[in-house]
Amino acid sequence: MNIHEYQAKSMFREYGIKVQEGVHCTSVEEALSAYDSLGSSVVAVKSQIHAGGRGKGTLFDPASGEEVMQGGVKIAFSRDDVEKFATGISGNLLVTKQTGPEGKIVSNMYVESGCSIEHEYYLAVLVDRDSKSVLVMASTEGGMDIEEVAERTPEAIHKIWADPATGISEEDASGLASSLGLSGSSADEMAGMLASLYELFIERDCSMIEINPLVRTEEGGMVALDAKVSFDENADFRHPWRDELRDLSEEEEVEIRANELGLSYVKLDGDIGCLVNGAGLAMASMDVIKLYGGEPANFLDIGGGATKESITAAFEIILEDSSVKGILVNIFGGIIRCDMVARSVIEASEEIGLNVPLVVRFSGTNHAEGKAVLDESGMAVHTTSTLSEGARKIVELIGGGI
Amino acid sequence: MSIWINDDSKVLIQGITGRQGTFHGIRMSRYKTKIVGGVTPGKGGQTVDLDGLEAPVFDSMSEAISETGAEVSVIYVPAKFAAGAIVDAAESFQAAGGGLVVCITEGIPTLDMVKAVAIVNSCPDVRLIGPNCPGIISPGEDGGCKVGIMPAFIHEKGRIGIVSKSGTLTYEAVAQTMSVGEGQTTCVGIGGDPVNGTGFIDCLSAFEDDPETEAVVMIGEIGGSAEEEAAEWVAANMTKPVVGFVAGSTAPPGKRMGHAGAIISGGKGTAAEKFAAFEEAGIYVARDPSEIGKVLVRALVDAGLREP
Repeated sequence: MNIHEYQAKSMFREYGIKVQEGVHCTSVEEALSAYDSLGSSVVAVKSQIHAGGRGKGTLFDPASGEEVMQGGVKIAFSRDDVEKFATGISGNLLVTKQTGPEGKIVSNMYVESGCSIEHEYYLAVLVDRDSKSVLVMASTEGGMDIEEVAERTPEAIHKIWADPATGISEEDASGLASSLGLSGSSADEMAGMLASLYELFIERDCSMIEINPLVRTEEGGMVALDAKVSFDENADFRHPWRDELRDLSEEEEVEIRANELGLSYVKLDGDIGCLVNGAGLAMASMDVIKLYGGEPANFLDIGGGATKESITAAFEIILEDSSVKGILVNIFGGIIRCDMVARSVIEASEEIGLNVPLVVRFSGTNHAEGKAVLDESGMAVHTTSTLSEGARKIVELIGGGI
Repeated sequence: MSIWINDDSKVLIQGITGRQGTFHGIRMSRYKTKIVGGVTPGKGGQTVDLDGLEAPVFDSMSEAISETGAEVSVIYVPAKFAAGAIVDAAESFQAAGGGLVVCITEGIPTLDMVKAVAIVNSCPDVRLIGPNCPGIISPGEDGGCKVGIMPAFIHEKGRIGIVSKSGTLTYEAVAQTMSVGEGQTTCVGIGGDPVNGTGFIDCLSAFEDDPETEAVVMIGEIGGSAEEEAAEWVAANMTKPVVGFVAGSTAPPGKRMGHAGAIISGGKGTAAEKFAAFEEAGIYVARDPSEIGKVLVRALVDAGLREP
């Protein structure tokens, strides 16, 4: 789960991590009164969407599709600037490298006091899969894409690992500060910030905190000019406060609905719907469809505890996608019995009025019974015993393939 | 032979009184796995009926181990408490001379696993498999040792080792070996979480050392770099043929595909990179999991282990 910059910064304030004064706004009027209240001659007007690359993005009028403004983060030197930029941002479509061409409507803005920047750094805290511990990664090349830095100047990236029992040692923290070339009060501030960030990361069950840029001001202070925080959803149960930070407009409505039903669904661009048990097998089903010349319309794992209700809901979700021209059901029965899935498939098809070709592949627990149930139903369904045959069949039925 | 478990392994079930623990306990027992008891804190002294087997319940792992002499434990505890169960099992086994902990539970908070794995790693005689996995199974002549949730009936004793990040894809791989008349020594599901216990290399190395395993099927998926590291290890150390598949060639970047660890981030962890690493390491690659059987036959024939 991701949150907005303004939300992340208010969390930073709670943990004593230095950020500039700022106000969350949802309209041009609010942006203007934020400017008046901040009392800073220079402010940043920042689009609040979850995707990165906002500064280099482009804003479009969602109705006409015409370009409105370059840059989703603007520096304003006057009240007029604020009005101009907020008007360009508010309610318009921001397209960045990360949003894809469809972009995101900006309904939230953040107006923040400016500061004098001496140098920009990059700082991130994340879970490192290789060392199985929390990793802090920093670079002197702030404001740039970290992947780009890793590619071009890997020596500019410095890393320290936290001990799962004791956290980040003071020695490592000051070591990291000095590898970034920091000294004196800046180095002390940096070490303090690392301790606070680690505390936040652990207490709030984060999966990633990214500050890009982190800046050293002319006065030597270390300030988080940007803030990206995401949480580990497996830990939702111990953080009920997260509900209030969730911006549902940033999530796919159908993915939320699927999630609530115990289904794991991701929409893709193709035309063959997939209904599969198991995440690995669901990915493999998509891959094999593609291998035989088709295009998968979705990833859908019905999970180990699927019921008649969740399978019916899964069918509905697949068919809501108007580009779906055919469906492949791929079940390897373990705990789930193929005959139960067969009955659910029949019921769902009748209820929904299925009008696209359907191929069902059963293997594992009660696969023969499952096939018999489908055969006896008189339903127009093709059954196969391997994934390969199933994928080829559905691709053939919708008239595609190689 | 097999790796890590065999017909005689004595197995405890953590969370035995829960719905999942009892449900799968019955199925494990029917496969003739030697279930010697279970643990549910606060319910010590009771017994649980596993289809005719009265399994004793203990309050803690240390008590259960000293009473039963168990060397394997399987965890069906809810996500909230699962990391605690792993730590209890690891510390108790270490104190008793060692053991294997298999965690089936899905959805454990990642930072709980960071702490738990650090503790497991400080117990040199304890191995953790999982979490978020189907478990481990070694088919025997009559039944065998099943420590997990996999459908036992699809397996048969044989000479192929299987290791996989995904549950149902493991079953697919098992069915593929069966379709060409090959059985399995041991099948290990290592799970799809970003922070887990046993990895590919641990399994490959154990299969390499196991005299009965003659070839290995390895199933990876997008995310992380475990497959690339495993491929490097295979190239340098493995004398037995390896067949590989990676799920997620069509997965879009930045989207979590069901498993917490199955995500392409910053352009890294793609199936294309992993397939390329496999090929470079001399691993026999199947692009379609329904062809694992065919590719396995080719690998066995090339190694002189099967008639063409």
